[in-house]
Amino acid sequence: MQAIVDQEGVRRYLVSLTINGDPQTAMVKANTVLVNLLREEYDLTGTKKGCELGDCGSCTILLDGRPVNSCLVLALEADGSEIVTVEGLTERGELDRVQQAFLDKAAVQCGYCTPGMILSAKALLDRNPDPTEEEIREAIAGNLCRCTGYVNIVRAIKAAAGQEASTQESTGRETSGRETSGEKGKKEQVAS
Amino acid sequence: MYLPDFDYLAPDSLQDVCNLLAEHAPDALVLSGGTDLMVSMKHGLVEPKILVSLRNLEELRNIRHEPGTGVVIGARTTHNEIMNSPILHERYLSVSEAAHSMAATQVRNTGTIGGNIANAIPSADLPPILISLGATVTLHGCEGERTLPLEGFFTGPRKSVLKQDEVITHVTIPDHPVTGSTYLKFGLRRAGALAVVGVAAAVNMEGNTVRDCRIALGAVAPVPLRAREAEAVLKDKEWTEELLEEAGQKAAAESSPISDIRGSQEYRRDMVRIFTRRALRKAITEGHV
Repeated sequence: MQAIVDQEGVRRYLVSLTINGDPQTAMVKANTVLVNLLREEYDLTGTKKGCELGDCGSCTILLDGRPVNSCLVLALEADGSEIVTVEGLTERGELDRVQQAFLDKAAVQCGYCTPGMILSAKALLDRNPDPTEEEIREAIAGNLCRCTGYVNIVRAIKAAAGQEASTQESTGRETSGRETSGEKGKKEQVAS
Repeated sequence: MYLPDFDYLAPDSLQDVCNLLAEHAPDALVLSGGTDLMVSMKHGLVEPKILVSLRNLEELRNIRHEPGTGVVIGARTTHNEIMNSPILHERYLSVSEAAHSMAATQVRNTGTIGGNIANAIPSADLPPILISLGATVTLHGCEGERTLPLEGFFTGPRKSVLKQDEVITHVTIPDHPVTGSTYLKFGLRRAGALAVVGVAAAVNMEGNTVRDCRIALGAVAPVPLRAREAEAVLKDKEWTEELLEEAGQKAAAESSPISDIRGSQEYRRDMVRIFTRRALRKAITEGHV
């Protein structure tokens, strides 16, 4: 790995990565963490910093197609890799179907977990296009959400997988019909 | 968080790694997946001046079966690779299941078996099942290579026999007669949880007789622990629920858990009894290794 030492004796290394399809090179110090490189050098602030210890998943990016916590990866260790951040999902201004599903199913509240969630979901669906609910919940187990309770997130991922919403959900309770006003005794079934 | 300054080297050969570790001892640390090391560095628990990365040692990242020897897992193999390995699914599914129980996808895509062992955390999930399967660990240093039983590797919390210039290269599960094995992890969540109690059991059954039995406990002693007195309860006997309970009680007595935020000493001891029973029953009756 090529290194350059400047006048103050600070050593920097040349690192080459593909970020969202674009080849990039950067001179980084050994202690540069990937999440900071992405956010500060490339303004890709969609990737968030939460716990910075690999527990919350808000820093999740795809490294060679696999979700990893970018807070625990040194930039140098990512040399030669393909990185996808949430910004890399949008092509020509159109949202990826996972992103669209998150909007359609109200799976976003504060939005802080969302980029990581979407990337974990995307990695799951790329590998397993028709996951069970169990598989979905396991795939996002490394992404913590403090707002939503995960229900709509799971719904969104199911929708992105092309699965129809069902009246019977994992909580075991049937979603109830609603009485519409002005129509006595008529219950509106949630679309199945 | 930002890390303090350090230098970084990514040698191309194992020998170079060992030489660098020796040259810069005690200020050099090995970087494998980094999921434990980076956290320790961010917390200031370790302050290496140099990280020696294993990233160019491709030969350490694979799983293979060597006829006449056994299954060899390279130290740089990630937990997800262990979880998904067809060789392990065929021969030692319980090891894949143990890897599956760890953390979550992101950590498992990065963390490695070498790191899990080298860090010597008492609650680590891979050592118990590997110990119950009779695994050995191979270390490489400046003076050459040495192989020892995995259970002899650990000497205390975050302490092991690994020398300054040594690197774990691989773990070997020797071919041996085993009819069933399992690792049961009791954590406070289904993911992202450390083991409060971990019990691994491996048995070799002849009909209903337990010809051989190995029980290893995690998270309930300063090191992953063989529960030898529990094993002796079952050896060469026909198994019964009463014997399983007796084995569980012996295992609980052999353990020495601590009380911490995840559970009290008394609770953990009782969970050792229960999970030992469950692990033995599963290994004996479900008959998958």
